[in-house]
Amino acid sequence: MPPSDPANDADRVRRADKAAVSRALNLVEDKRADAQDRVAALLASLKSAPKAIGGHRVGLTGPPGVGKSTLTSAVARAVRARGRTMGVVAVDPSSIVSGGSLLGDRARMSFDPSDAGLFVRSLATAGEVGGLAYAANSAVRVLAAAYDVVLIETTGVGQSEIDIVHVADTVVLVIQPGSGDVLQFLKAGIMEIPDVLVVNKADQEELARRAVADLRGALHTAQAVGVSGREDGDWETPILATSATEGTGIEELIDAVDAHRKHLEPTLKARRHRGEVQWMLDLFMRKHGEHGVSTLHGLTEIKARAERELDDGETPLSLCERLSREYVAKLCQTS
Amino acid sequence: MAPSGKHERDKPWIMRTYAGHSTAAASNELYRTNLAQGQTGLSVAFDLPTQTGYDPDDPLARGEVGKVGVPISHLGDMRALFEGIPLDQMNTSMTINATAAWLLSLYIAVAEDQNADRAALRGTTQNDIIKEYLSRGTHIFPPAASMRLTTDLITYTVTEVPKWNPINICSYHLQEAGATPTQELAYALVTAIGVLDAVKATGRIPESEFGNVVGRMSFFVNAGIRFVEELCKMRAFVELWDRVARERYGVTDPKQRRFRYGVQVNSLGLTEQQPENNIIRIVLEMLAVTLSKDARARAVQLPAWNEALGLPRPWDQQWSLRAQQILALETDLLEYADLFKGSKVVHAQTQHLVESAWAEVQEVLGRGGAVEAVETGYIKQKLVESNAARLRAIESGEQVVVGVNAYTEGAPSPLIENLDEAILTVDPDIEKKEIEALEQWRADRDASAVANAIAELKRVARSDENIMPASIAAAHAGVTTGEWANTLRAVWGEYRAPTGVAGATVKASRSGAAAEVVDRLRKRLGELEVRMGRRPKLLVGKPGLDGHSNGAEQIAIKARDVGFDVVYEGIRVSPEQIVASALEEGVHLIGLSILSGSHLALVPEIVERLREAGLSDIPVVVGGIIPEADTERLRREGVAAVYTPKDFELDHIMSDLIDLVDRQHAAE
Ligand code: B12
Ligand SMILES: Nc1nc2c(ncn2[C@@H]2O[C@H](COP(=O)(O)OP(=O)(O)OP(=O)(O)O)[C@@H](O)[C@H]2O)c(=O)[nH]1
Ligand SMILES: [Mg+2]
Repeated sequence: MPPSDPANDADRVRRADKAAVSRALNLVEDKRADAQDRVAALLASLKSAPKAIGGHRVGLTGPPGVGKSTLTSAVARAVRARGRTMGVVAVDPSSIVSGGSLLGDRARMSFDPSDAGLFVRSLATAGEVGGLAYAANSAVRVLAAAYDVVLIETTGVGQSEIDIVHVADTVVLVIQPGSGDVLQFLKAGIMEIPDVLVVNKADQEELARRAVADLRGALHTAQAVGVSGREDGDWETPILATSATEGTGIEELIDAVDAHRKHLEPTLKARRHRGEVQWMLDLFMRKHGEHGVSTLHGLTEIKARAERELDDGETPLSLCERLSREYVAKLCQTS
Repeated sequence: MAPSGKHERDKPWIMRTYAGHSTAAASNELYRTNLAQGQTGLSVAFDLPTQTGYDPDDPLARGEVGKVGVPISHLGDMRALFEGIPLDQMNTSMTINATAAWLLSLYIAVAEDQNADRAALRGTTQNDIIKEYLSRGTHIFPPAASMRLTTDLITYTVTEVPKWNPINICSYHLQEAGATPTQELAYALVTAIGVLDAVKATGRIPESEFGNVVGRMSFFVNAGIRFVEELCKMRAFVELWDRVARERYGVTDPKQRRFRYGVQVNSLGLTEQQPENNIIRIVLEMLAVTLSKDARARAVQLPAWNEALGLPRPWDQQWSLRAQQILALETDLLEYADLFKGSKVVHAQTQHLVESAWAEVQEVLGRGGAVEAVETGYIKQKLVESNAARLRAIESGEQVVVGVNAYTEGAPSPLIENLDEAILTVDPDIEKKEIEALEQWRADRDASAVANAIAELKRVARSDENIMPASIAAAHAGVTTGEWANTLRAVWGEYRAPTGVAGATVKASRSGAAAEVVDRLRKRLGELEVRMGRRPKLLVGKPGLDGHSNGAEQIAIKARDVGFDVVYEGIRVSPEQIVASALEEGVHLIGLSILSGSHLALVPEIVERLREAGLSDIPVVVGGIIPEADTERLRREGVAAVYTPKDFELDHIMSDLIDLVDRQHAAE
């Protein structure tokens, strides 16, 4: 596939031209130094796309094998049936030893290959901590410019899905009937409360009913100890039962996710802005570590700058580039 | 019995040849010839569309009609298949699973047309769906619906067709997917337990008659080249099944606890290199299942010497049949009592297998049983890992395979002087003719009777009534295989089974020559990633109805282990889907794996679709059973490289793949 031409492609991405979307995703995955400017330019020109602003970014996370991909597949079909388009980013871990990966989520999704309104890209974590791939943040923004709904599938429970809170407007946590760890995490306050809780495999009825009941209890405890602490504090996390394989509960899940999006309306901008700030901080930390942070007067200062400067024109990538240049300039001064 | 242990000659086992191809009429002719040759039972191979519930004119059937078996689309085909063969005198084994209830319905309908008594019908429907998800790949429906079909067939035949073996628990296919003897034993047993528990749960069989059901269970096992261990495995099977029947199901009649089994000996180990050696492997493997009188196979079918080249011709099958006849009729084997009773060595090895297998049985039961262990991918992953270990051992030379990694030089074999004629080729026009015949069939039948039969089938599928009576009625009404399956698909949905590759880990040595090669490959990929900006990404695709997944799985795992990002979507993906995946995933390379013989139909279609999608710069490689003559054709179509079973050194393949990505990158 020929390399992308950002200006031309940005336009085609907005029109959800699959070849252009794919090229744009290839570009944002490109780690070469000389690609970074083009990535920043591409993301900047996608930022104002109507779908990017008005669309919905949904994170789907949960322990291995709970049925996230199967659920994604079922949700995609139902979302398409409602006339909306959808982009999916499915993240899988890379092998620590070889750096390679087996991207298996796609195997569990069955779609009409001729559907122009559905796009699935698998990404490997490539050694990133936090369960999200290096390019996932950017990839979500590419897809968000092209499709009404963007869904990000990541595996993990506990610490590892913290990242997803920063990319997604709505976080859906999927758990399996009969699995105890999520409850423990919730109760112990290790885990932030998700926006929507799903007990999948509800076809295993008895277990599923019990799981829903247990979750209600855990949520109660968690709220009592004040884990929630969000600005949308009046949101009641719904608990839903689905069977991804039998297709039950899917419409209800979409309704709940939509309801959360509606609920977010007044605070969405702030939420996304916080996500961008966090992403910028992550990027900068990864690049320049503690030394970079202290050279630019500490985390609080950088964060404050990001909060100020990440406005409509600036993307985390371009701001990070700017801060990098400042850092390098300071390095030169001092040495 | 005489003091020497001699006794009256035993009756030989049933000798079968797995056969069927092209059309019902052509296969009928083949069966009649085989019966005249002294074969004592029929073993029907169906083509992949029939096995996966598609009519010949379904787009998914493209390139597969009549290829690896006989197409049976309706009652007329089934009638033609058994023309002149009285069903009440035949013992017919049908390798059929997802559509077993349907094919048996057609068989019963033909028998009824022949005025044969149902109760006189003898034979076997394979009807083991668990191993389809794990190895064979012709499943259609989700596990729960499939198990319902399985139990419907069983509970129906137990009363209506009492001499029928309604299910054949197959561990054969598990070994072909890499299972060790311990795994083969364990997973066969948990499958049988899963089925019997499900039958019990239907409540259709009174407690007092449950022993009958247990007694009708039969098995289809494998025998590999380590024939002493395999011989012990059969003895372990006998002991373990007796235990399960007694302890779990309380069967008191020892006859009903007998481990009744048929065999196809190992084909996975049969080689493309020096293929004439295979006949020797086949004979040795046959010993494992025949030498023990106390654990002897009831029926044996053997693969042919040219197994890894393509489909066997009648002569090739005849050669294997002769091997059985010589062992059973010329030698004195059948004149003796059990040869190993009292042997400490055989006993010890048998007990070792009994114990290790029993531990694995408990493991799976602890995980919720066979169905659960299929759905979570637990068993599949175990098989993939065992197969990977086997391939590594062959590649490193640790496991000797004569003609492959040892004694590779030799005089040229006259058997393969003309390679292209050393296999059976199926006329590609068959597909067109079958479609025409099907259209005729549809035109000639009573449309309203068909509609009624389908409506009734649908109603029953939604209820908890047995599916068999409605299916037999549909058979008589002229319903087609595709219509039957699609009706049920609409009610139950379809299922894609776990691939087992994502979590599969392969133990590899960290030092030594092999480790160095892998390190070099990883370094090259790492450098390539730096130059390209992205890690090289490979799409492994399995187009068509072909279920042979071993090669694709092993390539996928190996590619990950040398550092590729790999997208593998499992079996039965359409050309359109493969191209969509290549586009959306932004891959650098596409590897197709096709073993069912449909490469000439599918590969050019994929290449053409890639071109239409503007992706013609992505290199495509193909692996599988590709006859030499076709390799040239595929290369002309634009395929960059073709691999066959003789390319057993995965490291070499990986090196080639890295070269291809490198060259393509340099060209851009
Ligand atoms: C094992 C096996 C099975 C297993 C498959 C288990 C599984 N999950 O894979 C089981 C028992 C289930 C099976 C079933 C059937 N089989 Co079968 N099977 C074989 C057998 C013995 C070995 C294949 C194998 O796994 N080899 C090991 C792997 C690692 O090797 P490989 O796939 O060849 O891959 C190597 C290369 O080819 C290459 N390669 C392959 N793919 C790719 C992909 C890429 C990207 C690259 C780079 C390289 C590459 O690299 C690999 C490494 O060396 C072959 C004969 C043989 N000896 O080759 C018959 C064979 C393929 N089977 C055959 C048939 C007919 C069937 C059935 C259709 C029979 C029937 N009528 O029901 C069924 C149905 C299966 C289905 N659903 O499609 C025929 C196909 C005939 C033809 N092409 O004309 C064969 C050739 C036997 C024969 N001579 O009749 N089979
Ligand atoms: N019974 C049942 N099985 C399900 C359901 N959803 C998924 N599964 C099965 O659970 C297994 C895992 O499903 P996936 O969709 O791959 O799960 P996942 O969470 O994406 O897994 P990872 O990406 O590996 O973490 C598969 O065998 C599915 O068929 C469900 O609703 N009911
Ligand atoms: Mg997944």
